Amino acid sequence: MSRYDRQIKLTEVGMEGQQKLRNAKVLLVGVGGLGCPAAMYLAGAGVGKIGLMDHDKVDMSNLHRQVLFQESDVGKSKAVVSKERLEKQNSEVEYEVYEEPLTMANAENIINQYDVVLDGTDNFETKYLINDACILADKPWVFASIYKNEGQLSVFNFQNGPTYRCLFPKSTRQNISCEATGVLGVLPGILGTLQAAEVLKIILGKGEVLSGKLKLINMMQASEQTIKINKRPAEVEKIRKNGIAPVYIDCDLKNKEHWYLDVREVFEQPKPKGKKVLSIPMGDLMARYQEIPNNQEVFVFCQSGKRSKNAIEILKNEFGFHNLKNVEGGIETIIDG
Amino acid sequence: MKVTVKYFGLVAEAADKSEEVMELSEILTASELKKQCLEGLAITDKDSVQIAVNQNLDDAITIKDGDEVALLPPFAGG
Repeated sequence: MSRYDRQIKLTEVGMEGQQKLRNAKVLLVGVGGLGCPAAMYLAGAGVGKIGLMDHDKVDMSNLHRQVLFQESDVGKSKAVVSKERLEKQNSEVEYEVYEEPLTMANAENIINQYDVVLDGTDNFETKYLINDACILADKPWVFASIYKNEGQLSVFNFQNGPTYRCLFPKSTRQNISCEATGVLGVLPGILGTLQAAEVLKIILGKGEVLSGKLKLINMMQASEQTIKINKRPAEVEKIRKNGIAPVYIDCDLKNKEHWYLDVREVFEQPKPKGKKVLSIPMGDLMARYQEIPNNQEVFVFCQSGKRSKNAIEILKNEFGFHNLKNVEGGIETIIDG
Repeated sequence: MKVTVKYFGLVAEAADKSEEVMELSEILTASELKKQCLEGLAITDKDSVQIAVNQNLDDAITIKDGDEVALLPPFAGG
């Protein structure tokens, strides 16, 4: 009996729909609370190719909601582990692993290789990045986000429909993750599963796609409602004309007199403001070292203090810098507030 | 004039309620009502909060008696 028999029986699927699923390529940006259940149902349904993108490693605190992972996976790459796990579920699907974040540099190219993008991210920067890259690549994307017991769900850029910038033209610095607020595992489970359902409808070309609408779900109150979103053509045109518009979460540093060198990738946050903060990612140091002052003290930082230590070694050995100080403990130790 | 205001996410938390019925004594646009509702709440970037009137995102519309208004902040978690 065919693996897909139970869904082929549906008039909305049939042999023709199953072939559409077979030919479809879906990119999951983030394989966490939302991405895990979505990946399992999309693999189960026989989507031809699934891209699994996550630069994070499995942590014990993920296991209550990130249902692809097991205790023995702690410390391993989420993207790699999810591929191994999904292959056991459905080996007919092609899985592509990306152990890197989505960035300004790679977004358009990667998204161009897929038909639909599923947003399983936990930060505004990447949501706006997915949005803008999908506008440029002309691909629909299925959005979901969570705050404590509430969830938001929508489909953006579907058949020229509204985009995330039409819903939220202005971003916020209050980039609050599930790590910070807490979340019951079932909520991303519900939202991620609904995202997979939207992906399937888009691929099949059946039913009512949640485009131009924002679904709000409150799990504790067992309530939901749908809000109509209108397109803001100017927001979309701006991206078409000028390309991806990065959104950064900024912060202040305690000491505004010092020179700082941020060697993190451009997408990493928060982004310190100030004229004396240079941002040169590790990979660009060789090309851009001349921008770094060499006659006064410069504090070099990254997220944890490790990469910045390596950066100082490189700058010292290759270019003779002797004025660099490592910020042990990373950016959190020098933020004001 | 009475309107029902529904609060979501961070806004509900800052306001310490998820819904209230407000008595308005003056004619307000949706964005004026949003400003009034968010006043004094500990929320950064109030501009990011969107307002829906009768399940329609629109901040220019004039509020009428019996309207249902929703204040929607963006969520980031996943």
